[in-house]
Amino acid sequence: MSSQKEVLIDPIFNNNPIALQVLGICSALAVTISMSTTIVMCLAVIFVTTMSNICVSLVRNYIPTNIRIIVQMTIIASLVIVVDQFLQAVAYDISKSLSVFVGLIITNCIVMGRAEAFAMQNGPFLSALDGFGNALGYSVILIGVALIREPLGAGTLFGYEILPTVANGGWYTTNGLLLLSPSAFFIIGLFIWAIRSWKSDQVEEPEYEIAPNLQYKEAME
Amino acid sequence: MSNDTSSETEAKSASSRDSLKNTFFTAFLLCLVCSVLVSGMAVVLKPIQVENKLLDQKKNILRAAGMLPANSDRAADGRSIDDLFAEFTVKAVDLETGEFVEGIDLDIYDPVKAAQKADLSRALSAEEDIATLRRLEKISLVYLVQGEAGIEKLVLPVRGYGLWGTLYGYLALDSDLTTITGLGFYSHKETPGLGGEVDNVAWKASWSGVKAFTEQRTPGVKLVKQRSPAGSMNADYEVDALSGATFTTRGVENLVNFWTGDLGFGRFIQLQSQEQKQQQNTLAQG
Repeated sequence: MSSQKEVLIDPIFNNNPIALQVLGICSALAVTISMSTTIVMCLAVIFVTTMSNICVSLVRNYIPTNIRIIVQMTIIASLVIVVDQFLQAVAYDISKSLSVFVGLIITNCIVMGRAEAFAMQNGPFLSALDGFGNALGYSVILIGVALIREPLGAGTLFGYEILPTVANGGWYTTNGLLLLSPSAFFIIGLFIWAIRSWKSDQVEEPEYEIAPNLQYKEAME
Repeated sequence: MSNDTSSETEAKSASSRDSLKNTFFTAFLLCLVCSVLVSGMAVVLKPIQVENKLLDQKKNILRAAGMLPANSDRAADGRSIDDLFAEFTVKAVDLETGEFVEGIDLDIYDPVKAAQKADLSRALSAEEDIATLRRLEKISLVYLVQGEAGIEKLVLPVRGYGLWGTLYGYLALDSDLTTITGLGFYSHKETPGLGGEVDNVAWKASWSGVKAFTEQRTPGVKLVKQRSPAGSMNADYEVDALSGATFTTRGVENLVNFWTGDLGFGRFIQLQSQEQKQQQNTLAQG
């Protein structure tokens, strides 16, 4: 039981796909301008990752190894198209503002990574938990970023004004930088810093150390 | 990838699994299942999607005409979008002659798509093409509310290049066919916070009452840093520029002037206002 719980909970903070594995950054930059698009994106990723993990896990014993990546891609792509079509029918305005990013879930490394690394070796139930957990880890970071970007960048949350902006006769001068993609980089960087100060085992060893310069002879010759 | 091939049975199944025959069979089966799923979904949801698109277009037209508030799907008096839109008639207009064109299926005809087709559009020369459209459709659509004295409201589909991409929107004119009642964009790629402020409600409201044509009936809208004092000659034609968005501002100014000009809906508006004057004269005489 505890392993099931681990599979589900671990990716949220201990093994977060964005903060530790640094995957799926591109969509984290693009969709976090507003909270409502972020939530929809998160739901879409949760659905796709969970379902693709289940599907891949169900057929994992029948997939020929030499075309396994293509098989995973096909399954993921089909699921993404289903989500995209569904959004266009149910939440047209949000699907318009998400535009290409729903389609780009196909290339989200988290989905592909979990299918290849976990679902190919584990049963459907455990894979479902893993997919759900990882997508949840992705969502936590995205929602955190949006929670900073939308109020400080546009003075709104879920489209409702919470900080009256100067443009609308209030006092808050919006920070335009937070509406541009690079700001998400800064915020994610700060998150990674925060998580790694809290859980210091996530700090990576430096890949190399600069050796002290002792061989001065070389320069003399 | 390290497949778990420790047990014998797994090793056996793995070898038959990797055979050429099985590879093709699995690939075929997978494609079949996935394509049925995807196309099934697309077919089932298509009618709802088409409806959404139409509703969205109606919303944008109504917002440009000032008949629908920006953050609500209902008018101030509680009427629904379809109800409000029922007042509009859609008509096709030949941009060159300015006359109505009959015999076009208005439900399918899309001027933006027509502009891509060689037989339905023409290339614009660099001089003509102030809004950077490259090609201009021969026939476009207009949305009008007709009253006893002719057109009461006229909404024109407009588009033009900003900084990052083409802005698509609607320009609404009042019954005098000169005063702008609203301008709104339903699709653009401008920078959020800078050029993206074309969606700002306060800025959009500043378009209301601006005159699209000068005394000589030429397009004369200007987006300026500092507006002329109220009551002066130029004040009627000026709208505040968007700060920090020079290219977007220029793009918006150009596209409004292009579409109200002779290449756009200029001829159509001229014909209609002449007709309106005649109608008013006969009404006055009668």
